[in-house]
Amino acid sequence: MTEDVGRRVEFTGVRELRGPLVVVAGVTGVGWDEFVRIRLSSGELRHGLVLEVDDDLAVVQVLEGTAGMSCSGTSLEFTGSPLDVPVGTGWLGRVCGGRGQPIDGGPPVFGTRREPVTGAPLNPTWREPPAEPVFTGVSAIDALTTLVRGQKLPLFSLPGLPHLELATQIAAQSTAEGEQFCVVFAGIGLTHADAAFARDALEERSAAGELVLLLNTADDPVVERILTPRIALTIAEELAFRGGRHVLVVMTDMTSYAEALREVSAARGEIPARRSYPGYLYSDLATLFERCGRIRGRPGSVTVLPVLTMPGGDITHPVPDLTGYITEGQIVFSAEAHARGVYPPVDPLASLSRLMRNGAGPGRTRADHLDVAAQLLAALARARQVRDLAELIGLSGLGRTDRAYLEFEQAFRDDLIGQRRGETRSLDDTLERAWRVLLRLPRSELVMLPTALLEQR
Amino acid sequence: MGVVTAGRVVRVAGPLVEVRDVGPVAMHDLVALGPSAIPGEVVAIRDGLVSLQAYEYTGGLGPGAAAVPAGRPLSVRLGPGLLGRVFDGLLRPLSAAPAFLTPGAAIKDGDQSWRFEARVSEGEVVEPGQMLGVVADAGALEHRVLVPPGTAGVVESLADGKCEPDAVIATVGGAPVGLIANWPVRVPRPHRARRTAVEPLRTGQRVVDLLFPIARGSAAAVPGGFGTGKTVLLQQLAKWCDADVIVYIGCGERGNELAEVVAELFELTDPRTGGRLADRTVVIANTSNMPMMAREASIYTGVAVAEFYRDMGYHAVVIADSTSRWAEALREFASRTGALPAEEGYPADLASALAAFYERAGSVETLGGSTGSVTIIGAVSPPGGDMTEPVTAHTERFVRARWTLDRDLAYSRHYPAVSWSGSFSRDAPAIGGHHARENDPDWPARRDRVIGLLAEADRLSALAELVGAATLSAPERVVLLGGRLLRDGVLQQSALSSVDAPGGDEKAAALVDAVLAVVDECRRLVGAGVAVEDVEEFDFTELVRLRERAGPRDVELIGQCRDVVLAGLRRLM
Repeated sequence: MTEDVGRRVEFTGVRELRGPLVVVAGVTGVGWDEFVRIRLSSGELRHGLVLEVDDDLAVVQVLEGTAGMSCSGTSLEFTGSPLDVPVGTGWLGRVCGGRGQPIDGGPPVFGTRREPVTGAPLNPTWREPPAEPVFTGVSAIDALTTLVRGQKLPLFSLPGLPHLELATQIAAQSTAEGEQFCVVFAGIGLTHADAAFARDALEERSAAGELVLLLNTADDPVVERILTPRIALTIAEELAFRGGRHVLVVMTDMTSYAEALREVSAARGEIPARRSYPGYLYSDLATLFERCGRIRGRPGSVTVLPVLTMPGGDITHPVPDLTGYITEGQIVFSAEAHARGVYPPVDPLASLSRLMRNGAGPGRTRADHLDVAAQLLAALARARQVRDLAELIGLSGLGRTDRAYLEFEQAFRDDLIGQRRGETRSLDDTLERAWRVLLRLPRSELVMLPTALLEQR
Repeated sequence: MGVVTAGRVVRVAGPLVEVRDVGPVAMHDLVALGPSAIPGEVVAIRDGLVSLQAYEYTGGLGPGAAAVPAGRPLSVRLGPGLLGRVFDGLLRPLSAAPAFLTPGAAIKDGDQSWRFEARVSEGEVVEPGQMLGVVADAGALEHRVLVPPGTAGVVESLADGKCEPDAVIATVGGAPVGLIANWPVRVPRPHRARRTAVEPLRTGQRVVDLLFPIARGSAAAVPGGFGTGKTVLLQQLAKWCDADVIVYIGCGERGNELAEVVAELFELTDPRTGGRLADRTVVIANTSNMPMMAREASIYTGVAVAEFYRDMGYHAVVIADSTSRWAEALREFASRTGALPAEEGYPADLASALAAFYERAGSVETLGGSTGSVTIIGAVSPPGGDMTEPVTAHTERFVRARWTLDRDLAYSRHYPAVSWSGSFSRDAPAIGGHHARENDPDWPARRDRVIGLLAEADRLSALAELVGAATLSAPERVVLLGGRLLRDGVLQQSALSSVDAPGGDEKAAALVDAVLAVVDECRRLVGAGVAVEDVEEFDFTELVRLRERAGPRDVELIGQCRDVVLAGLRRLM
């Protein structure tokens, strides 16, 4: 963050230090949600946000944490404006920390303008319904849960599964079919090993000036985590709605984000709701995810791909549950598929892209896409039933058609879903694979495919 | 309004603002805060310290900022020009606002003028609720200007022709009557009496109209976890139910979805009037990222708008998606004011707040003597699909019908995923009586047969999963088949098919009759010794896909198809 001019009065009456919070007395002229610069007795500079003002008392959350701070010798300067960041193309190709501070050895990022990180809600009457696909080059997503420009589609994973691998793969290889495309990747609470992996995997795209990388690691201050996705989205909105790019924002791991929010809420003594998460978790997540979209009459789009791990694999846990209520579908990982060695270990039947019917099909992807996807899912559901039946009565008890379904499921996993890390598949390749897999079934079973399409095969 | 004294802000914590020295204010009065005059509503007064909930982002507001009381409660401007437009939670037009809703960017109402045509003459004595005249250029629906509640007497002056929006169009008993009236949203608009006569609201959704119908003026809840097709069902209701006015409240939901609803409403034609569906719809949008407290107000704003049209003698339907987000706004604010939490952190008055909202539904005799109604359909989003959570549990007590969305049905792509075992309608007997009297004497018996067959099929399929279908008796396997035909051929309804989506009473009755006739024939056949496997393997595709071919009144086509299927079955003998 750059320090700008216009110094204001500094206040030193720190009365209380608790968790990430500072309570300072004797302040005047302070507004809610104002950005604060905090100077320690050592001369170190930290940053904070006003959470509450009550007469001459202000409660400030410190982005870098309160470790080492004392009541005497700490002074706070209230800037009179909300936290903002410079925006513009200067971010492209940069690697920064969770507060936007460079960690690639380069100079601070400059921009022609600054924008408040909280953003402003997009007027719903200005929204253009999403209608074109993002090609991720991952068959499981492109074929069955097509990501649409302007959509918010989360990835629900479990601890230990390769969600970071898939997130970086999508960030590294997605395109918008010839139109200007870039990625903002926000790592939230990543371990150092994971952060290093992400840097490595995204190096090429970063070097091509198509990537902004923000990395908040697990040992960085908790409050910083609350900021990282907001900075990422503020940068993305500028690149999209003024710069005319299609921007994909990948945010991982949102469970760490929600935990940071809970920690601050607990420190403030707020009344907890489910599993001690604050009652406003839904609204808070919504202010992030709803920043995706397209605007009528403007080029560019913001697509949001949050990644979260479901604690204990529980999809009814507040974080995945509330996320599912906000987002337009979900991509769900399955521990079983992972155990079978499938990468990416997606469970296609639990996954859904609500906007797929608008963003795929004739004129969007390929004329046969939606029919093929519907047929794949219907056949897969049938194959699951056959597999359950086979476990009860044995393979020998199955009829010819049922056995064809088992072969179909195997081929579906090996030829269509299964993919090498780093392998980019074109949509045609993906859909041709889908056809090969489908044609293992007797044609009489392919009732969801129009006869005209079937006759061409 | 007397001399206004400005107080000052002493505390700001998100949407909670406390002010001092504002002079005499009443509960629920509005106070304008700070330089951008953010509206705030009084929620508590103690020792001169007034607590307010602010309806916009309070960033930058701090102690010392001015607080100016408005001298009236939170009110909305009701008048012509509401239909076909999109508003925020305080009924300020969003279509006139910039792309990004920055705080303080005041939303200006259009200053369009209207053409008023008087329907009374000067010197006439009028009562509250009586029609003074109509606004001739307000769209397909006749916009009636009424004598406001509490005003009566001799019409002393009367405007005619072109009027500015803020113009006084009449003076009645010394009181001016405007084209646009302010109404406090939390106060129900008065009516003469609640009506007891029951008339069905035709929703166009077969599963609802056949099994769990509601009356005009009733209230229904739609609980469903995410991914169960709640929003699609509500959108279908907004499009196809036979109301005069739809108030669609997007309350804490997705912006893209709202944009899609609006776009579709503008494209689709109203089958009853021939105009655009948008022309009978008022959209109130508070998407999940818009200011939280305006979400709390949006519900009341929507009902006030519906009551406004009800008083003109129209049937209005309020669709609120989702009331859980509204309850969460209540919870967040209660937590900030330090109120003692009840279940799951919700305030203890959650149940009474829900009751107050749903009780504004009703079919009434208006002050002017005409008939109008407000029907409320509220979505509930239970966290984790838990139907015992407070919002779902309390809502069920105050509504006449519950259309529960079932995750298993949704996952097997059965839409609308309304569960027949988990839903109820307390209006069903009365509506059955209405249908039986008016046009369809078989209606109650048909409903009973369908519900009975579905329940029996559910029981048997649970059994079949344990012991295998092959061990069931032939008549039992016909019941299973019958359940499948009802589900696929009648209860499923495609939201995407222009033929299937609008529904229709005649079509629904004919489809059910066709399926039941086929089931009876199957039963007769296996009774007469035909192998049940042959019956099960019979190709029923035509029957099941009939709903996508037959229009709302295509009873003949359905009958033909039924006869073809029956004839085919008989050849199995």
